[in-house]
Amino acid sequence: MKWKSLVVFLVVALAACQPNESKTQTAAPASGGSLTINGAGATFPYPIYSKWFDEYQKTHPNIRINYQSIGSGGGIKQLTEQTVFFGASDGPMTDAQLQGAHGAILHFPTVLGGVVPVYNIEGVTAPLRFSGSLLAGIYLGKVTKWNDPAIAQLNPGVKLPANDIAVVHRSDGSGTTYIFCDFLSKVSSDFKQKVGVATSVSWPAGVGAKGNEGVSGLVRQTPGAIGYVELIYALQNKITFGDVQNSAGKFVTASLESVTAAAAGVTMPDDFRVSITNADGADAYPIASFTWMLLYQHPTDKARSAAMVDFLKWALSDGQKFAPGLGYAPLPQPVVAKEIQALAKIQ
Amino acid sequence: MRRSSDDRKFRLGTGVFAALVLLIVIGIAVELTRQSTLSIAKFGLKFWTTSTWNPVSGDFGALPFIWGTLYSSILALVIATPIALGIAIFISELSPGKLRQPLAYLTDLLAAIPSIVYGLWGVFVLVPYVRKLEVGTPDWLRKIPLFNGPPLGVGMLSAALILAVMVIPFTSSVAREILKNVPSAQREAAYALGATRWEAIKVAIGFGKSGIIGAVMLGFGRALGETIAVTMVIGNSPQVSASLFKPQYTMAAVIANEFTEAADELYLHALIEIGLLLFIITVGVNMISRLLIWSMKRRVVVPITAPIVPAEEALA
Repeated sequence: MKWKSLVVFLVVALAACQPNESKTQTAAPASGGSLTINGAGATFPYPIYSKWFDEYQKTHPNIRINYQSIGSGGGIKQLTEQTVFFGASDGPMTDAQLQGAHGAILHFPTVLGGVVPVYNIEGVTAPLRFSGSLLAGIYLGKVTKWNDPAIAQLNPGVKLPANDIAVVHRSDGSGTTYIFCDFLSKVSSDFKQKVGVATSVSWPAGVGAKGNEGVSGLVRQTPGAIGYVELIYALQNKITFGDVQNSAGKFVTASLESVTAAAAGVTMPDDFRVSITNADGADAYPIASFTWMLLYQHPTDKARSAAMVDFLKWALSDGQKFAPGLGYAPLPQPVVAKEIQALAKIQ
Repeated sequence: MRRSSDDRKFRLGTGVFAALVLLIVIGIAVELTRQSTLSIAKFGLKFWTTSTWNPVSGDFGALPFIWGTLYSSILALVIATPIALGIAIFISELSPGKLRQPLAYLTDLLAAIPSIVYGLWGVFVLVPYVRKLEVGTPDWLRKIPLFNGPPLGVGMLSAALILAVMVIPFTSSVAREILKNVPSAQREAAYALGATRWEAIKVAIGFGKSGIIGAVMLGFGRALGETIAVTMVIGNSPQVSASLFKPQYTMAAVIANEFTEAADELYLHALIEIGLLLFIITVGVNMISRLLIWSMKRRVVVPITAPIVPAEEALA
C-alpha cells in the first residue's frame, strides 16, 4: 500500500514536471512560433544588452533572447563548446581561442566603455592629472608616496600630502582589468614585461577587491588609496575621477564623448578585433574599449542566425540611442556602417 | 515474515542513500583530478610549494593560497573556540532556565546569516575598526613580523575575525548539544563527592571531550571552505606572510574570483587543481580530527562511561 502510494506520487510528480520541460524544449526548434536564443558572456554590457533584448522583443514578440552575464571567459568557453548561440566579451578572442572553436567566429563591437582612476586623498578635491607612465609606476609599486615628484610635476598647485599610496586593483577576473592593463602595457614597456595584459594578472603591488563596488568601496574608506573602475560605475555613483593624458599629450576627462572619440581615432581592421587604448586624436580618452558580441560565421541553425543578424542590425542603429542613458558610449557612425556590411557575411 | 521483508527493504533503501554519499565524494575527487590533468602534468608537486600565480605567463603555484587558507582558519579557530565553548557552557550549565531557549535560538540564528551579509558587515563595519587599530599600533610593535605591513584594514586580521564570528555558532551549537547529553548522573556524582559547580562542569566537559573536539573541527572545516566573506576582507594578494596586517589570499577566494574569466585551459586546470588541494586538505583535517577523537575515546571515556550507561539498559 505504501509502495503503491509512493509510485503514484512519483508519477504525479513527473507529470507535473512535464509541461515545463516540454515548454523549453518546443521553444527550441523554429516551428514558426516563438524562437529562443541563448547567449552568455561579459558582465560589463549586461544592462544595455538586457535593455536591448527587452526593447527588441516589444517589436518582435516571437523572439526571445536570453543572456547570462557569467563573464567574458565563460562566454567564450560556452560559445566554443556551442552550448550558447552567441557569446559576448570585453576583450577580443585570441588567435588560439579562435582556432579552438567549431568554425569561424566573428566579432561585432556593440558599445564602448572606459576605465577611470579613482582616489581618496585627504584635502584634495580638484581632479588630479595622471599620465600613463605615472599610473604604471603606481601599479608597479615604484611610485609609493602621493608627494612623489612624478605626481607633483603633473599637478602644479595641488597640495599633495606625504601619505603612502594604497594601491587597489580588481581581485576577480574582469574586462576592466584587461582594458586598464592593455593601456598601461602600451605606455610602459616595464609594465608590459612585468605584468602584461589579461583579465587577471599578477599584481606586484596593492590589494585586490571584488567588483567595481569593492574597489570603489575600499578606495573611499582608505585614506591615500587609488583604484580603477568602469566609467559607468563612477558616473552613476558620482565618484570623482582623475584625468588621463592621451597619446596627443592632452589631459582628457573621461566622458561618453571622449570615449567615442577614442573609437573614431583607430583604423578598424576587418575582423573588428582592435584595441583602442591610447588611441590617436586630441579628444580621445586613452583607457577605452569596445565590448563585443561573438557569433559563428556559418551557424547550422539558420532561423536563429537570421533573427540574431536582424537583432544586431537594430541594436547597432536604432538601439544605440539607449546607450548614453545607461552610461555607455555609442559607436561612431563609420564603425556601425562597417559592421552592418560585415553582418552579411553570416550565412 | 512481512516484517522482516520490510526490514530488508528499509535497509536496502537507506543503504543506497549511504552509498550515494560515498559515490558523491569519490565522484568529486575523480572529477577534480580529471579536470586538472594539464596543471598536474605541468607542475607536479611543485604546485604545492611555489608562490607565483601569473595567469599571463601561465605560471601557477598554490603555496600562498594554501598558507592563507590554513593561517586564517587556524587564527579563526584560536579566537572562536574559547568564545564558542563559553557560550555553550553558559547555555547548558549556568544560564537561568528562562534564558536558555532564547540564547540557544539566537546563536543558531547566527549560523543562518548568509556569508555575503557577513562580508558586507566586514567591509563596512569591521574593516574600518581594524584599520584604526592598525594605524594606532605603535612603531616598535610594527617592527615585529606579526604586525608589519601597511595599515589598510583589509588583510589577515580582518579575515580571521570575520571567520571567527562565522564559526562561533557552529562550534557552540554542537558543543551545547553535547553538554546537554552528558548524563546528569555524571554531575550528580561529582556533587556527591563534594565538587563545586565549576568542578562539576569540568567533569561534564571531560565526559563530552571527544564530541567537543568534533565541534571544534566542524568549525575548522567551515572556516577552511568559507569563500565570499573572506574574499571581501582579506585583500586578495597572494603572498606567504606571518603578518596579521598584510593582505593575503585563500584557496576558495581565488577560485571564486578568477574562475569565471579563466578562458585559458591551463589556467582553468590550475584553478580546479586548487579545488582539488582544498578537497585533500579538508579530508586530511577531518581524518586527523577522527583520529584525535578515536584516541581520546580509548584513553578517557571508556572507564568513566562503563559504570553509568547500563543504568537504563539494565532496566530494558
